[in-house]
Amino acid sequence: MSDYASCEIKRPLVRMVRRPAASLAHRTIVYIIALIGALLTGALLIWILGHNPIDVYVSMVRGTFGKRISFNETVKVTVPLLVTGMAVAIAFRMRFWNIGAEGQILIGGVAATSVVVYGQAIPQVPKLILMSLVAMLAAGLYAAIPAFFKAKWDTNETLFTLMMNYIALKLIMYLQYQPGWQADRTTFPKIRSFTPDARLPRVMGIHIGWIIALVLVVIYFIYVKKTKHGYEISVVGESMNTARYGGMNVGRILIRTMFISGALAGLVGFIQTSGADGTLTESTAGGMGYTAITVAWLSKMNSFAMVFVALFIAMLQRGSSSIQTSHGIPASAASLLTGLILFFMLGSEFFINYRLVFRGRPYHG
Amino acid sequence: MTQEDKLAIRMRHISKSFGTVVALDAVDFELKEGEIHALLGENGSGKTTLMNILSGIYYPDDGDIAIMGQDVAICSPKDAFNLGIGMIHQHFKLVDVLSVAENIVLGLPPSEETKRKRLNQTIRDIADRYGFDIKPESKIYDLSVSEKQTVEIIKVLYRGANMLILDEPTAVLTPQETEKLFDILRAMKADNKAIVIITHKLNEVLAVSDRVTILRKGQKIDTIPTATANRQILTEMMVGRKVDLQIERPEVTERKLMLQVNQLTALGPDGRKMIDRISFDAYGGEILGVAGISGSGQKELCEAIAGLCPVVGGSILFETKLNGVDVAENLVGQTPEAIIRKGISLAFVPEDRLGMGLVASHDMIDNVMLKNYRDHKGPFVDRQTAREAAEEMVDALEIVTPGVRTPIRQLSGGNVQKVLLGREIRSNPQMLMVAYPVRGLDINASFTIYRLLNEQKMKGVSVIFVGEDLDVLMEISDRLLVLCHGRISGIVDPRTVTKEHVGLLMTGGHDEEVGA
Repeated sequence: MSDYASCEIKRPLVRMVRRPAASLAHRTIVYIIALIGALLTGALLIWILGHNPIDVYVSMVRGTFGKRISFNETVKVTVPLLVTGMAVAIAFRMRFWNIGAEGQILIGGVAATSVVVYGQAIPQVPKLILMSLVAMLAAGLYAAIPAFFKAKWDTNETLFTLMMNYIALKLIMYLQYQPGWQADRTTFPKIRSFTPDARLPRVMGIHIGWIIALVLVVIYFIYVKKTKHGYEISVVGESMNTARYGGMNVGRILIRTMFISGALAGLVGFIQTSGADGTLTESTAGGMGYTAITVAWLSKMNSFAMVFVALFIAMLQRGSSSIQTSHGIPASAASLLTGLILFFMLGSEFFINYRLVFRGRPYHG
Repeated sequence: MTQEDKLAIRMRHISKSFGTVVALDAVDFELKEGEIHALLGENGSGKTTLMNILSGIYYPDDGDIAIMGQDVAICSPKDAFNLGIGMIHQHFKLVDVLSVAENIVLGLPPSEETKRKRLNQTIRDIADRYGFDIKPESKIYDLSVSEKQTVEIIKVLYRGANMLILDEPTAVLTPQETEKLFDILRAMKADNKAIVIITHKLNEVLAVSDRVTILRKGQKIDTIPTATANRQILTEMMVGRKVDLQIERPEVTERKLMLQVNQLTALGPDGRKMIDRISFDAYGGEILGVAGISGSGQKELCEAIAGLCPVVGGSILFETKLNGVDVAENLVGQTPEAIIRKGISLAFVPEDRLGMGLVASHDMIDNVMLKNYRDHKGPFVDRQTAREAAEEMVDALEIVTPGVRTPIRQLSGGNVQKVLLGREIRSNPQMLMVAYPVRGLDINASFTIYRLLNEQKMKGVSVIFVGEDLDVLMEISDRLLVLCHGRISGIVDPRTVTKEHVGLLMTGGHDEEVGA
């Protein structure tokens, strides 16, 4: 056995070992550590830029919740993020990668604006209802197009929905020059402002979009968890073969669900134009269709979690503009912080599923 | 010391866990040079894991390995290959459009040795030495399953392996091909190679091995010389208690025509004709076995009947009652949805249990209601009824699960199959199609499945059993249909026919019997 003792064995330094299903407590701890890690890394970044990290973080929080008006602004960012988050999440549950929420929001905005342009005589309440319905219908149909092609010819929905974003954007640029749509007394490409009767009323100082959003959170949950449709979506998402075997009409489910997904995004278009902005611009969607993907993933497609995630991301966005004014830190640095947090959060999944074993752990021979 | 040196491989106290599952618990294993060593155990006993550790796919949590008396750490398949260990996996890793020789040198650095002429000669030498029958120039897509396996074996031999591990090598072979493989293994043994065959088939252990190591639930039970073993001893060691290995074939006198398949032609996913003008009848009160080499059209046959596979010709007439009148409903061209709506009670346990029959990430409740969730009125699903059904199934079929809310993927293979078969039986079908129902199941679960199928047969259900284990098919079937290249090469009586005859039918040796 003397050979054995002298024999040099090359053992790996670190190995990954799969963990048993992590408990809720374990998950929470990992997430909290990840959040702290992100904030610390962000602090390092801020420090390198020559600022006091604590000051900066404090003014970020103050900028989002400090005053009534800044809180209202934060909610105004949260609402569309939350609803768009649900829009993409319902498609994602079906493993249908709808990254076209951006365009669907714009189409919803165009449809809502068309009511303002062509239906000036309609009184406020029916007008608002009509605007929302038309916005949802138009965006729903717009989103159903890639679903139809996927069902019929198995096209790639990711590229398809992405490309349709640009079509929607160009449509708005075209409408900015059209008579009736273009703002009066200007040659500048700009769509007219909504008349007061086309604006969403306010509740507690914020347009009622926030109430709509909270109602939708509950409806979304029930639809996904309790209805036959929700069940079908989950089966199709897991395995189209199983869905077919179980007698489901997969094509119909794809189209129907994408219609709903688009309709929700269209509703956001209505809320943004009629509630927040009072007009339709190229930046009505403003990247929300993409940020919503983050919202949906971080909340694992759960609508109640989405409320908090959307609020959190809105906070980061609002806070970043506030530190820009108070500390002169570029907004891009704040986006970087958002990115860091996401990176840490998503990376922490690894530590939920695996643990690392280092060389030198004692073993018996 | 001298004792140690004769060992090709010595594994000591090998442990490996996956999450909470202990796959191997301090297992010892020794392989001598010039022996054929069978590694026997049920599914989940850890035999493949143990060999995957040896071939560098997994790294053990604990324990050590010595090759030819030298302690080693095998961190990657490359390490294993450098040590002379070659593993032949169940799923072949060959490039279809390349030739045999090209596949064999794929990934090796170019050298004089790999020049085409020299290479072909080397391959022919290896083939001659051990009795392989293969041409280096043939393309992989032209080869049969057993020839592809041959290529995999030559590949590891060419790379200088002197320890070969074969994972369930006979699963895809006909009886004749199995015999040929065993001859080759014996020739390699005579050449002082060390060979491990992983298997759960007792006959093969007894036929070819010198020693056998039995694993059960991650633990080594024993290593014994094969000469001292028999079927009963091995089963008891493998299962841990006495088992009756007799499969029943109860006699049913009343048989009723249930299904008539006429000139059925259907396409596979790539648009190729996978079954070609097939005609047969199936009766209530019988088990119709379907045998054939894998890929002979079994999958398409089942899926065509279930409405999941495009049919281009022929008819599938199903005897059923519509409004109290006996009719023969043609299932061709109907979607599964339409078939279910018409009240045709056709149950199907597909080959791909978690990819087609069940939703892996869903719990038992959601899986139980897959086919009848529409029956509940209104927009909501009725999980209460499904929950009761699931709980009844757990009791009736002794399904081992932490609860009906546990995702199906966390259950063992046998319990997954019980959920699937249980759901299909609950629908009170007139016809029950099962594809490879005991694949991956342990002996106990397999016998439960056989019993359930026999119960259905006694109830007058027409059972179609697509299987791969010819011994089982011949014991349980009332009639045996043999498929070969998408055609029926014979429908035989398993009580009178020999296994060799069925083997010939599987490879198309008795083409003259086609027809009827």
